[in-house]
Amino acid sequence: MAYSDKVIDHYENPRNVGSFAKDDPTVATGLVGAPACGDVMKLQLKISDTGIIEDAKFKTYGCGSAIASSSLITEWVKGKSLEEAAAIKNTDISAELALPPVKIHCSILAEDAIKAAIDDYKSKKA
Amino acid sequence: MKLPIYLDYSATTPVDPRVAEKMMQYLTLDGNFGNPASRSHRFGWQAEEAVDIARNDIADLVNADPREIVFTSGATEANNLAIKGIAEFYGKKGKHIITSKTEHKAVLDPCRQLERDGFEVTYLEPDTDGIISVEQVKAALRDDTILVSIMHVNNEIGVIQDIAAIGELCRANKIYFHVDAVQSVGKLPIDLQELKVDLMSFSAHKIYGPKGIGALYVRRKPRIRLEAQMHGGGHERGMRSGTLPTHQIVGMGEAFRIAKLEMAEESDRILALRERLWNGVKDMEEVYINGSMEHRIAGNLNVSFNYVEGESLVMALKDLAVSSGSACTSASLEPSYVLRALGRDDELAHSSIRFSMGRFTTAEEIDYAIEIINKNIGRLREMSPLWDMFKEGIDLSKVEWAHH
Repeated sequence: MAYSDKVIDHYENPRNVGSFAKDDPTVATGLVGAPACGDVMKLQLKISDTGIIEDAKFKTYGCGSAIASSSLITEWVKGKSLEEAAAIKNTDISAELALPPVKIHCSILAEDAIKAAIDDYKSKKA
Repeated sequence: MKLPIYLDYSATTPVDPRVAEKMMQYLTLDGNFGNPASRSHRFGWQAEEAVDIARNDIADLVNADPREIVFTSGATEANNLAIKGIAEFYGKKGKHIITSKTEHKAVLDPCRQLERDGFEVTYLEPDTDGIISVEQVKAALRDDTILVSIMHVNNEIGVIQDIAAIGELCRANKIYFHVDAVQSVGKLPIDLQELKVDLMSFSAHKIYGPKGIGALYVRRKPRIRLEAQMHGGGHERGMRSGTLPTHQIVGMGEAFRIAKLEMAEESDRILALRERLWNGVKDMEEVYINGSMEHRIAGNLNVSFNYVEGESLVMALKDLAVSSGSACTSASLEPSYVLRALGRDDELAHSSIRFSMGRFTTAEEIDYAIEIINKNIGRLREMSPLWDMFKEGIDLSKVEWAHH
C-alpha cells in the first residue's frame, strides 16, 4: 500500500495520543468503529465554558490511515467552536492526507468521531 | 546487517548461489543449451543427461523412482494436474473428493472447479491446533470417494499433518491420496517407499531453487493414471507436454541434492532461531501462537498480537519482510481463511504475523527483529483504545459496537 508522506508522518509521529478523564464534565468522548471491522477510534475533546475546544486527544486501533486521520483531526479541532468542528467533512480529511480510495472509510470514521464526541458533550450538558 | 530483514522464507527463498552457478551452465551457446527431446545430436543428448541427473536427485530426496517424477511449471500446476487429472481419469468410479479447509488455494480452487463440473467435495475442518485427524478423514469417506488431498505442512501456520496414517487409511480403502508437500520437502524426511502416498507436489523455489519449476510425483506401483491437463508433444510420459526447461530442472535437482545433504543440520539450526524469536516475544501480554507448536516445521512462527491491528502492525514492522494474516489491501477486510478455520476470531486473525526463517537467517537478524517487535507492539498498544479497555477489564465481546 503506497501511502502519502503525510499519512506516514502522522502514523510515525502521531499528535495528541492519550486520554482525558471520562467523567470530567468538560470532556466529551466519541468512540466509533468496531474491532471486527478493523478500526476503532476514540476521540476526546476538552471544551471550555464558551464552547471552544481547548484540547483534544485520541486513541485508535486501526490501519495507518485510520491512525493518521484521527491524529489529523485532533490538530484541526483545537481552538474551534463546536459548530466549526462539526463542519469538518470527511472529504477535507481524505484530501489533506491524500488517502487512497479503499481508505476513504477511515476519514468517514474520523468525521463520525467528531460528531459522536459533540453528541456526548450535548447529552452531558442536557 | 541489511534491512529489511527477510523473514518470509515460506513465500519464497533466494536461490542458493551453488544452484545459480549450476543453472548458468545450461543457457548459452557455450553451455549445455540443447532441447532434451532432441534425439539426433549431442546437444540434445547432453541436455537429456542433465535432466536425468536432476530427476535422480529429486527422486533421491524423497526415496522415489526417477520415473515417478513429472516436471511441471511449479506446485500450482502439480496440484492441478494431480486433482483434476485423477478426477477426470477416475470420475466414472466416483464423484467425491475429500480435502481440508486449510489447504493452499492451488488445491482449493481446482476442487471448486471440479464442484462446478459435478463433483462433490468435503472440506474437513481442522482442530484449533490446525490438525486434521485420521478419524475425521475416515468419517468423511464414502463409497464414491476417489481422492483425498491433504497437505503435509501448512504454508501459513507450519503445522505437520499425519500423512502416514491418512495414507494407510486411503490405501486400505483403495482411494487415491495426494499430498501437497511444497512446504515440507527438503525440511522433513519424506520416504515414498514407506508412505502410502500416490501423488505428491513439489516446488523448487521454496528450497533455494528457481521459481517456475516444480514436479508431481506419480506412483508407479500400484500404478496411478492421470488425465493430462497440458497436451502436446507427449513429454513426461504423456502426462505433461512442453519442452523441458533444462536450466530450471538442473536448478531444482541441485537444490534437492543440497537439501538431502544439509537438511538435518539445517533444520536444527533453524529450529534454534525459531526458539530464539519466540522466547524474545512470548513474554509480552496477549501474544498467541497460531497452530500446534508440537507438530510444526522448524522455520515457521505464526503469532497474533492482540489489540493491534494487522496493517498498522505490518507498517510498524517495515524493517522486517514478513507476511500478515490480514489481507487489508481492499476496503473489505479479509482475515486469513486458515486462521479462521482454526476458530480464531477476526481480531486475532487480523493481528497475526507469519515469521518464516531459512538457510540465510542469522541470530543477529533475529535479535534485531525481537527488538523491533517489542518496541512497536508497545507503541501501537499505547495508541489502542481496545488495549485500554482490555486493561480496564472490559469484555470487548460484550460492547455494542457501531458496525460500519
